Amino acid sequence: MVPLYTCVKRGWINKWIEWVVASGGIPHHEPLPTFLPYLAIMKQFLVRRLIALIPTLLGISIIVFAVMHLIPGDTITAMIGTQFKLTETQAAALREYYGLDKPLPEQFGRWILATVQGDLGYSVRKGEPVLPLILRHFPLTLELALFAMLIAVALGVPLGILSAIKRDSAIDLAGRVFALIGLAMPNFWLGTLIILVLSLYFQIMPNAGNYVDFFTDPIANLKQMVFPAITLGFAASADILRMVRSSMLEELAEDYVRTARSKGLAERAVILKHCLKNALIPVITIVGLETGYLFGGAVIVESVFALPGIGRLLLDGIGERDYAVVQGTILFIAFNFVLVNLLTDLAYSWVNPRIRYD
Amino acid sequence: MIETMKSPSYPAVRRFVQSPLVNGIVRIFRYRTAFIGLIIVAIYLIVAVFADSLAPYSPVDQQPKAMMQSPNPAHWLGTDEFGRDILSRLMHGATNSLRVSVFSVAIACLFGTILGMVAGYVGGLADIIIMRVMDLLFAFPAILLALFIVTALGAGARNTILAIAIVYIPIFARVARGPVLALKTKEFVQAALTLGAPHSRVLIRHVLPNISAPILVQVTLALSWAMLTEAGLSFLGLGTIPPNPSWGSMLSDSRRLMELAPWTAVFPGLAIMFGVLGFNLLGDGLRDILDPRLRM
Repeated sequence: MVPLYTCVKRGWINKWIEWVVASGGIPHHEPLPTFLPYLAIMKQFLVRRLIALIPTLLGISIIVFAVMHLIPGDTITAMIGTQFKLTETQAAALREYYGLDKPLPEQFGRWILATVQGDLGYSVRKGEPVLPLILRHFPLTLELALFAMLIAVALGVPLGILSAIKRDSAIDLAGRVFALIGLAMPNFWLGTLIILVLSLYFQIMPNAGNYVDFFTDPIANLKQMVFPAITLGFAASADILRMVRSSMLEELAEDYVRTARSKGLAERAVILKHCLKNALIPVITIVGLETGYLFGGAVIVESVFALPGIGRLLLDGIGERDYAVVQGTILFIAFNFVLVNLLTDLAYSWVNPRIRYD
Repeated sequence: MIETMKSPSYPAVRRFVQSPLVNGIVRIFRYRTAFIGLIIVAIYLIVAVFADSLAPYSPVDQQPKAMMQSPNPAHWLGTDEFGRDILSRLMHGATNSLRVSVFSVAIACLFGTILGMVAGYVGGLADIIIMRVMDLLFAFPAILLALFIVTALGAGARNTILAIAIVYIPIFARVARGPVLALKTKEFVQAALTLGAPHSRVLIRHVLPNISAPILVQVTLALSWAMLTEAGLSFLGLGTIPPNPSWGSMLSDSRRLMELAPWTAVFPGLAIMFGVLGFNLLGDGLRDILDPRLRM
């Protein structure tokens, strides 16, 4: 990495500016409004979207509630298991406390009221309420998902551009093969292989030792997170690559590209300044969607790398039949997924002023 | 290719030969990647169906004398910690994996297509209700919803099939609904209705054949996702119940002795990857062939 003052001293900055001017200058278009004032303009749209969120969240809750009632038999017995015998009065007391003796709609009403107030139930196995438990495990999963998305974008976007501008060349073929493998390779296998190679040939154990959070020791934290993030981001990078490639190809066939070329712009400027900006618009949607899916994928990757995130919490909950934890975690991830999708929609209309939702 | 074929004189035969399905299959041979996909899928199907006679050993018999052997002439892909032949386990794993994928996608396709067609065709309140529920199912990451349903129902092949089917129903509903919306205003549909055909007949004889191409593409792609989901669930110990072989659970078991027997971790993963790759290639190829507008 060359320090900035060296660049200034050697006149690289000036050369760079000259290059920008020579290659056609920065194209004129309306500057984007910054995001927050934009939200003010879009207040009406935003309010409507937030209101529309309520039935979605309610629907998700109904699905989660319904699936929990698919558990055969009585939840209390299923939870406690057979090793520990409850007396009939104890079981009855618990059933009454959880309202399991009430009709289903009333049970749902009680549950949803509690959920809205942030009460996701009590984890029998961990001995504490579920919500703080989730909030404690969530930062890791969030970091993992964001880190994975960063890797996916850093891999997928440049490879997609290369693949598109060198269409039908060896580079394109390599990019497409990479995308096919990325989509077909299960992340738990990739993770297993990474651990195998690292431990056999480099004597590194990425899944050993206790988890250190980012604010205590950023370096140690990133060392722990980099391999899980690669594992998780690999498939997403393949998806992004395909999207960038196809949308770049579409843009390259547009009239404005021919205009830009015929007025003598350098190819680099045509691609980076004209095409890429338009080509990246649909990519935003896929990045948003993928970020949502990464929360789901994180469940498996955390289990492979033994990371104590929300996915790990969920799997432990499943293994221990700690249904309050299972229910709470699923609900939490689904809510996040919906919020990420909403943000994606907003970002999409922000960068693409041609789209206005009204 | 169809044009050069002599047109058969029997109407039924002609309809069959010129149907989009047969047309598509004929054209697959002209597309290299789709053809590769078809070959892979065919191999997997043959292995899955005839696993009993093809596999050299029993997938569950333990041979204490042949524990953790690396690949050798007697055991081509080696053995695991109980002396079970990995090749045989992979072959029987193919049976399991494909059974789960095929049945779950079949159920999802059946219900999803019906729901999507009804939503698009009837419109109004039915459309709103059906598609809203589908949107709700879309609000969960797929693997998570499958995981959740299997947790509630309990592990095992049947529940895995059910869970994966529920997860993929909305995809088929969406794929079916779009074209139906456009088709129901077409003259031939109106003509059939005017001639007194009942709605069910119009849907099955006139609308369904026209949406079969995108659905076929979706079936192929969904099979690859279902395969991945099944492997993921088994990896987490929620799919196929041991000792029945499943690629996901074989991978999960291999983690304990990975450093000593790396082959136990490599081959099941390759089996999953090539299976998924085969269906993906076939699906992408079919999309190129059947719907040139979507060509990537």
